[in-house]
Amino acid sequence: MNKAPPIVKKNIIMQVQNVARHYKVSNGLLRGKSTVKALDGASFKLKAGSTLAIVGESGCGKSTLARVVAMIEEPTSGHIEINGKLADLDEPGTRKSVQIVFQDPYGSLNPRHKVGTILEEPLLLNSKKSNEERRHLAIEMMTRVGLRPEHIDRYPHMFSGGQRQRIAIARAMMLDPKILVLDEPVSALDLSIQAQVLNLLIDLQDSLGLAYIFISHDLSVVRHISEDVMVMYLGKVVEAGPAATIFDAPSHPYTEALLSATPTTDPNARKKRIMLTGELPSPLNPPPGCAFNPRCPKAAQICRINEPTLKENGLAQVACHFPNLLT
Amino acid sequence: MPLLDIKNLTVEFQTAGGMFRAVDSVDLTCESGEILAIVGESGSGKSVAMLALMGLLPWTANVTCERMFFSGHDMTSTDKSVRRKIIGKDIGMIFQEPMSSLNPCFTVGYQLGEPLRLHLGLDRKAQRKRSIELLEQVGISDPEKRLSAFPHQLSGGMSQRVMIAMTLASNPKLLIADEPTTALDVTIQAQILNLLVTLQGEKNMALILITHDMGVVAETAERVQVQYAGQKIEEQSVKKLFSEPHHPYTSALLSALPERATSRRLPSIPGVVPGQFDRPTACLFAPRCQSAQDICNKQVIRQPSSLGYTLCNFPLNENITKGALL
Repeated sequence: MNKAPPIVKKNIIMQVQNVARHYKVSNGLLRGKSTVKALDGASFKLKAGSTLAIVGESGCGKSTLARVVAMIEEPTSGHIEINGKLADLDEPGTRKSVQIVFQDPYGSLNPRHKVGTILEEPLLLNSKKSNEERRHLAIEMMTRVGLRPEHIDRYPHMFSGGQRQRIAIARAMMLDPKILVLDEPVSALDLSIQAQVLNLLIDLQDSLGLAYIFISHDLSVVRHISEDVMVMYLGKVVEAGPAATIFDAPSHPYTEALLSATPTTDPNARKKRIMLTGELPSPLNPPPGCAFNPRCPKAAQICRINEPTLKENGLAQVACHFPNLLT
Repeated sequence: MPLLDIKNLTVEFQTAGGMFRAVDSVDLTCESGEILAIVGESGSGKSVAMLALMGLLPWTANVTCERMFFSGHDMTSTDKSVRRKIIGKDIGMIFQEPMSSLNPCFTVGYQLGEPLRLHLGLDRKAQRKRSIELLEQVGISDPEKRLSAFPHQLSGGMSQRVMIAMTLASNPKLLIADEPTTALDVTIQAQILNLLVTLQGEKNMALILITHDMGVVAETAERVQVQYAGQKIEEQSVKKLFSEPHHPYTSALLSALPERATSRRLPSIPGVVPGQFDRPTACLFAPRCQSAQDICNKQVIRQPSSLGYTLCNFPLNENITKGALL
């Protein structure tokens, strides 16, 4: 049902087709189970050395997609291709090529391990390198991400939030991945630290040609860092395309509302916002037709009956019955 | 006379490693009907200063100040029972985590009724009537049904609306919103900010908005106070702050915003906020400051109001401001 966004540039490093992840939840004793469609058919292509941003509100399935792409969870349906080959989880090299950095640098590092141990662990499990080699690589990586190598024997609690996020990035880089999944990597950080970490990510990408899947709810960060953007709503892709197109000429009413709700840092440009009424519907019981119709200012009869599919619309793709209709 | 007038507020905490100064001689004034934003990164003491006003700090905190007046009452000397009548009635506060600010054991109706009973002395029937009105005011649909709902049955945005309704119950003169939208999604954030500003206008309340989000500041505030490591470093009207920041920290913070970036790499501030043990003696920002000189490690001066009370020896945009005055 969903086609991949039109990323035409060469060297597609990862192709994700129609992946879905459904969870069974119990309704209580004797009441059976129902299905939460946390992720319901997402497709995209990722170019080598570029950044694809996935945006949406909480509950839209962006973190589930991150976990599926990083192969932490298996998709319920759909498949992932890396470098043209179907990703086979049993093959030892597969997981090495995709690594993930989590949002909370306080929760994602083991407090009982020293930085050295944290950084060497991926090598210990995935390579046959000797102790000295591992230590050497860990020290090298610490320098690369801007940590002082003499801190290798410190514990995570001795570092600040920004430094911990650097450790998390270093850990993800230890196996020389081609793709880094960044799940809200800077949203727990203060503004001045956020810029430092974003710069580090930009430098790593420029020097190593990494591809990023950048998950964020902060649209100003997304606009700055990404080439392509995919907007999700209730487990589905509603709009995808080049960042410039999405930000300057959004065609899905949800994208439009999301952009309009994001505060701008110019006090002279206080604008009239498109106010969305209501909140995200429960994924247990999504509305019929277009999932966005109860909150959509343009919703018509057809939106309550038929679910729109992702269609080409200029440079982007959009899942809406009335794209380009001005609100 | 301003509605809220705090001079030289200092809050110190007893820690295992000695006293930690979270708020360092902060002055703060707020007129009625004004939206003041306090902005700063984590650890800048913006929440602690307000908690001190509300008397919500634990016993380990040592609060000292030259004066703390709210609406003519001296909040430092006023005895506890009088204070309790002001706090929660004339000063309301909402917090960052709406889900954990509500008591999970009681219904929305009970919790909304509490301030009505304690501060206004309404009976049950009047409480219920007023609660429904309040919930309507904050835009909750089907308010009668919501009264019997428990907090876990509400979403984050809805809980924050209930919190706002609770503080509005006694028609406060001042509402302190401590990061009211940080835990919420942008579309809900827009709804809540809109609600706060509308209510502030309707009721002519003063609103103190504590936030770290420059976008929220730009869109809602009238006057802004910037804090760094417990000190107030600058105070200006919102438009001036964004166009002519006087403190190097404010300026660096603004240029670190991805929105204002001109190149792919963002201009960042090197280093981190000083901690308990590496606190500089003079200017706290000097170790990270681009324009710091030797004198900045010895002393730092407070500039006059024309330069936004900037705590800096070499304030930026000095000439622009002077030129405008001539």
